[in-house]
Amino acid sequence: MKTEIKQTSADLANDQALSCQEEFLQDYQRHRRQVTVFRFLLFAAFLALWEISADAGWIDSFFFASPSRVLKCLAALWADRSLFFHVGITLLETVVSFLLVFLISIAVSTLLWYSARLSEILEPYMVILNSLPKSALAPLFIVWLGTGTPTIIVAGISVALFGSIISFYTGFQQVDPEKITLIYTLGGNKKDAFAKVVLPGSVPIMLSTMKVNIGLALVGVIIGEFLAARRGLGYLIIYGSQVFQLDKVITSVILLCIIAFAFYQALQGAERWIRRKRAL
Amino acid sequence: MVLLPQYLLELKKIGYSYHSLQGETVALQDVSFGVENGEFVAIVGPSGCGKSTLLSIIAGLLSPEKGTIVVNNPDGTLHYPKVGYMLQRDHLFEWRTVYQNVILGLEINHQMTKERLDYVNQLLKDYDLETFRDKRPSELSGGMKQRAALIRTLALGPQLLLLDEPFSALDYQTRLMVSADICHLIRQTGKTMMIITHDLSEAISLADRVVILSSRPATVKKELPIHLTLQDDSPLAARYAPEFQDYFSQLWEVLTDENRD
Repeated sequence: MKTEIKQTSADLANDQALSCQEEFLQDYQRHRRQVTVFRFLLFAAFLALWEISADAGWIDSFFFASPSRVLKCLAALWADRSLFFHVGITLLETVVSFLLVFLISIAVSTLLWYSARLSEILEPYMVILNSLPKSALAPLFIVWLGTGTPTIIVAGISVALFGSIISFYTGFQQVDPEKITLIYTLGGNKKDAFAKVVLPGSVPIMLSTMKVNIGLALVGVIIGEFLAARRGLGYLIIYGSQVFQLDKVITSVILLCIIAFAFYQALQGAERWIRRKRAL
Repeated sequence: MVLLPQYLLELKKIGYSYHSLQGETVALQDVSFGVENGEFVAIVGPSGCGKSTLLSIIAGLLSPEKGTIVVNNPDGTLHYPKVGYMLQRDHLFEWRTVYQNVILGLEINHQMTKERLDYVNQLLKDYDLETFRDKRPSELSGGMKQRAALIRTLALGPQLLLLDEPFSALDYQTRLMVSADICHLIRQTGKTMMIITHDLSEAISLADRVVILSSRPATVKKELPIHLTLQDDSPLAARYAPEFQDYFSQLWEVLTDENRD
């Protein structure tokens, strides 16, 4: 493969007398194209192998489904209008959890930054809450809040929140202390230091934390739906497994993959937009 | 009758210590000297001797544990002179344009008056930064960044400028040019300046007087007035002055004196 590329680029250089820069750009674009092609090939090969194995009886399609069964299942969900209902519920709960995590994280980490004493007092609690498996709390949430949307949103928040607060606060602390001194030399106070340096200086770390948070919020929401819901993809997965409609389970898992990818892309887009706006 | 110099600020027996669980570190002890209105004073001393601490005290960022600072404004008022402080690095914020950076102090002090903004715009023109006002700091050269940092400091109209090794982040060649350039610009404004440096040549070429501090705990070892005969007003003229070498030897002797005993 390598020698082939070398040969072609050498030929091109001879034929058209390309500059080294153009050659580099062509190599780069070829590389990008190859990556994209292989990505799709991998996906297509996986689908084909899955379908063939199911048809040929190498795997039991009752347990492992097959692309065609997934499509049928999607069509059925579409027909009884439950597809958008379940997907919509999960999306909504995840987005609400995600936004609340963002707001609470900003508020709490700001408070921690303002009061070094408070953050010192709370440090061990934050560490414990962060490493606690949040799924252990889900049954408590059900008892406290009942079965319904509030419980699921709280479950979503609980998974992402503490790590998010710690990341934000760490980001705030990593701001160059000399930049804060600069604010004081210009006659500013702690509030100015926060508004002019700490917060804008922490935008990159906040963006990367939020990318992690959206995934965690989705995890929490699905855990919540497993335990306490009559709707949403988490419910669909649990229900499907209990009545042995594994097509439904696998379809839901695939839908979750798509949702996770879409969330990530959306945040990636938001990040790019913010970066462009900040640094023209 | 001897005419005593009229000091804008006079430090009297300033003392300051840092405290930690391991114990007390005396940074400054009985530091006394004054600075006249419009004078350029360079403070030199071994590294880690407490020069930055001294500047922070003069700037009002730290309060001295001992001693006092006497204020003697030329107009007879008693208020502490407005201080502008330039740190070791320019610290221009990448998320702001050059213009947004230079008005940072005005923003913080809610002084976005027409008069002040006109002054900032004039400085941007005078310092050849007009065409870069909407650019990001990373697009400026090292010298232009220092000029922008100077405008940010001057925008608030300080009487006394404090420079804490302001050019130490620059490479040597740029540093020679930029330090001469910035100090020339400050001279034009007629302001008083105190500069910390560990570069003896820089101290001699920029200052009217050099204050030499001892190693920790820092105290004033010697004050050396500088009078150079300049052939022209090029940035490096001071370094070619006939007296330059002699001043350098004197400073060197005082500084290395204590290392021997």
